[in-house]
Amino acid sequence: MNGRGLTYRRLLIGLRPVAFIGLLLLLWQIAVAQHPGGLLPGPVGVAYGIVDLVRDGLLLKYAVASLFRVTWGFLLAAVIAIPLGLTVGWFRRAELAVNPLVQLFRPISPLAWIPLAILWFGVGDTAAIFLIFVGCFFPLLLTAMSAVHTVPEMYVDVGRNFGLSTREFVYRVLYPAVMPQLLAGARITLGIAWLVVVAAEMISVNSGLGFLIVDARNAGNRYDLVIAGMVLIGLIGLLLDLGMRSLERMKSFQWSESGE
Amino acid sequence: MKLRIDHVFKSFARDGASIPVLDDIDLEVAEGEFICLVGPSGCGKSTLLDVMGGFMKPTSGTVTIDGEVVTGPDPRRILVFQERGVFPWLTVEGNIAFGLSKLPRAEREARVAHYVRMVRLEGFEKSYPSDLSGGMKQRLQVARALAVNPDVLYLDEPFGALDSVTRLIMRAELMRIWQTERRTILFVTHDIDEAVQLADRVVVLSSRPAKIKDILTIDLPHPRNISSPRYLELRDSLLDKIGLAYSV
Repeated sequence: MNGRGLTYRRLLIGLRPVAFIGLLLLLWQIAVAQHPGGLLPGPVGVAYGIVDLVRDGLLLKYAVASLFRVTWGFLLAAVIAIPLGLTVGWFRRAELAVNPLVQLFRPISPLAWIPLAILWFGVGDTAAIFLIFVGCFFPLLLTAMSAVHTVPEMYVDVGRNFGLSTREFVYRVLYPAVMPQLLAGARITLGIAWLVVVAAEMISVNSGLGFLIVDARNAGNRYDLVIAGMVLIGLIGLLLDLGMRSLERMKSFQWSESGE
Repeated sequence: MKLRIDHVFKSFARDGASIPVLDDIDLEVAEGEFICLVGPSGCGKSTLLDVMGGFMKPTSGTVTIDGEVVTGPDPRRILVFQERGVFPWLTVEGNIAFGLSKLPRAEREARVAHYVRMVRLEGFEKSYPSDLSGGMKQRLQVARALAVNPDVLYLDEPFGALDSVTRLIMRAELMRIWQTERRTILFVTHDIDEAVQLADRVVVLSSRPAKIKDILTIDLPHPRNISSPRYLELRDSLLDKIGLAYSV
């Protein structure tokens, strides 16, 4: 009885955000019905827009195209920026030399690279991937650099004490020790990548969710599709974030919360 | 003679000035001996362990083990820290196996199982340190150290972060382990009772720069009765050598 009551309560709490979204959708629909004029499609229109996209096969195609670019741009940046950041962070002098340059590049929006990206790679996937790479590179580099500093000296001493080679030390002590911070940084960076891909696709390619939004406007003012695209971007971004969070919660990665 | 500290001096450079930390430390330790190093906090006890472990070079003087000069860290002598020294991303088994990666798998597993039993962590093999108590983490660290079969163990206030009851239990556990696996142990502590309960000899260090003020031989058999007259006498004499007798 008690247990069942508890699950029931939990279910109610879980349904709260759903109910809230439902309420907002209802208010949105009412407001649009009160003021017809085409400034904003209602939720029903957007839902039909999504149905259209699914039926034409565009939804899957565009989502896959966007995810493909994000994956490549993000992974390339991770593969280069993380080892580089760990190395630079480990050697204080290298960090002193490199840091001012990184701080100079960091505030430049990745979108500022669009003209150069198109000049170097032409209009296409490579340019978009390059922009995502640039957007991910500096945050990941900084995350890795600062993560090294937080490795307790004790772990370094234990590694030396047990006679680990440099290679073993990197894989068995350094990487696991910085993993919680790297994952937290990677999660935020993946969010940035997802922001950048939409902008990149508006300019440098003709597929993907960003392209969908521009194209829907240009080819016939289909604002229902514009909002459908926005909704999908939000949903996929949320799923990416949840995926990264579940990675952070893995037992051998999450030690920082309870161990420190 | 297992370990010999030969006129070791150590000073640190800070703001252009040279600050002496160890002042002519000279000590000989026999094979299998249990030495406690006591002294006021900040006197340089940990620095002495770092030098003996090869983590730090002495400014002058040498440390030799079995006639060989210590030039760097080595798995033949393992330093045990306070409880945060275990790797939180490895399980109990993973931590104990940390120094055993070069062994064949069967031998490694046998060794891990042996030391899990020795430090009484059966049933926790797959647990992570975050699920262990402070005392269990310290037993784990001792097991990780013993697993690589070192000749010398350096323990740097290993029970300093534990509550007083756990500390008593841990001392008994350490004595039991030391009596089955005889190793040369150098144990840094600032706890007088801990030193008198554990050590064969207690080395009393002065405040910084650390000099050896006195060496007290504890001629009591184990297990020690901590309310026997001789125990109390030795304890008082140690307090006296530190300069604290009857002053609290």
